[in-house]
Amino acid sequence: MGPMQVPAHFEYERATSVDHALALLAKWGSEARVVAGGHSLIPMMKLRLARPEALVDINDLEELAYVRLDGDVLAVGAMTRHADLLASPLVGEHYPIFHDAERVIADPVVRNRGTVGGSLCQADPSEDLSAAFAAVDAAAVVRGPDGVRRVPVREFHTGPYETVVAPGELLVEVVVPVRPGGGSAYEKVERRVGDWAVAAAGAAVWLAGDTIADAGIGLTAVGAAHFHAPAAEEFLRGSAATDSVLVEAGRIAAERCEPVADQRGPADYKKHLAGELTVRALRRAVARARGVA
Amino acid sequence: MQITVTVNGDEHTADVEPRLLLVHFLRDKLGLTGTHWGCDTSNCGVCVVWLDGTPVKSCTVLAVMADGHTVRTVEGLADGAALDPVQEGFVRCHGLQCGFCTPGMMMTARWLLDHNPDPSEDEIREAISGQSCRCTGYENIVRSVRWAASRGTEVSAS
Ligand SMILES: Cc1cc2nc3c(=O)[nH]c(=O)nc-3n(C[C@H](O)[C@H](O)[C@H](O)COP(=O)(O)OP(=O)(O)OC[C@H]3O[C@@H](n4cnc5c(N)ncnc54)[C@H](O)[C@@H]3O)c2cc1C
Ligand code: FES
Ligand code: FES
Repeated sequence: MGPMQVPAHFEYERATSVDHALALLAKWGSEARVVAGGHSLIPMMKLRLARPEALVDINDLEELAYVRLDGDVLAVGAMTRHADLLASPLVGEHYPIFHDAERVIADPVVRNRGTVGGSLCQADPSEDLSAAFAAVDAAAVVRGPDGVRRVPVREFHTGPYETVVAPGELLVEVVVPVRPGGGSAYEKVERRVGDWAVAAAGAAVWLAGDTIADAGIGLTAVGAAHFHAPAAEEFLRGSAATDSVLVEAGRIAAERCEPVADQRGPADYKKHLAGELTVRALRRAVARARGVA
Repeated sequence: MQITVTVNGDEHTADVEPRLLLVHFLRDKLGLTGTHWGCDTSNCGVCVVWLDGTPVKSCTVLAVMADGHTVRTVEGLADGAALDPVQEGFVRCHGLQCGFCTPGMMMTARWLLDHNPDPSEDEIREAISGQSCRCTGYENIVRSVRWAASRGTEVSAS
């Protein structure tokens, strides 16, 4: 065991409402960081990969912890814990992709604390929810001093560990329209239970009879820009939902990935997985859209 | 800064630095050394305590985050001299060897049984999947939790 690791000194502020959080962020400016579950940020602070002067704790913001249907839009509050997304019957009914993904994110105790908003804002290139929300074409709702703006998740991440959320802003919600005829699924390969992905793929399809009316594909850990595979989606739209079509979509998705070799595997293996997992996720998504899985 | 945390039913007020981790607050400030401290990277689970009724890894929670909140540690499991059935299960079914992982395992097990009084072996293994034991091979931990679930009838009969 190494020596005791604690973060460097910082000031701690507890937000009691979204408005209060925004005021605290404004007060501290770019030296402040929001802390949600802290399961990415606190480890980074221990390692001095992050050294904020102030932390604004948003854990008391119950107003941001919900999963609900607003009309035909599934809305997930930023402070929803992984465990609550996994436990939500609404999510299971409309977008089982999130239950597939949550079952393989970390472990149950970490999932009790880590949040949906923290996952998206951490923007780790291996984050599972980033790929899942990209697959279903969700939108992030961001609040700042000048009001609310809505950013497609497919444009939310601007690079590794970087998002469109500016200092002083807060991600408050993620929204996904619920459309009929849909199915979705998530497939991940990890080295051991609870580990980050070697590679993972999420898929959503909407069928009109045997034709794929619309499709969404998200990828993580494989160097896909914005966790997204637009060319494969384009190929699927209007195609018949046959296995050979799904396989070709996987090939197209993999072709455009640029994974980097690391301790989780060599680049060619990850590229192979990107294709294979896309196909598997598509197969399950189609089966679910047909009501047979 | 000054914080007040309710631990095992008792209010504790202390002056802490914001960077103090909850695990060190419990062990070093309150002397509650039943909660262990291992990997420090939210992987091993020896530091699991309840925060507002939910198991969390206390090496990755700041003590200040618990200000005004409720914590339950392994010291809060027994009711006076009466062991919690989970503790008794670990005694009877040899659920521990060195004991390093045991407090975290028991806190998660107690929570599991509160929410699912009759968990299957798979459900128990899933619940403790974020916690490592280097001694038992998990088999006897699972039996201990099953014993607690059945309060002995099933396991002691076999
Ligand atoms: C052992 C372990 C294993 C893990 N395995 C996986 C895995 O397999 N797959 C996976 O996807 N993830 C994994 N994670 C990450 C886990 O999902 C984290 O909980 C998550 O990435 C961050 O959520 P958080 O709430 O803890 O965020 P925090 O650590 O609190 O914050 C992360 C970042 O987001 C910012 N932030 C948080 N919330 C907001 C908000 N509402 N608005 C603006 N900024 C915000 C913070 O300022 C910080 O920069 C793992 C974590 C651990 C500790
Ligand atoms: S010390 Fe907290 S998980 Fe290992
Ligand atoms: S009993 Fe030794 S680590 Fe579990």
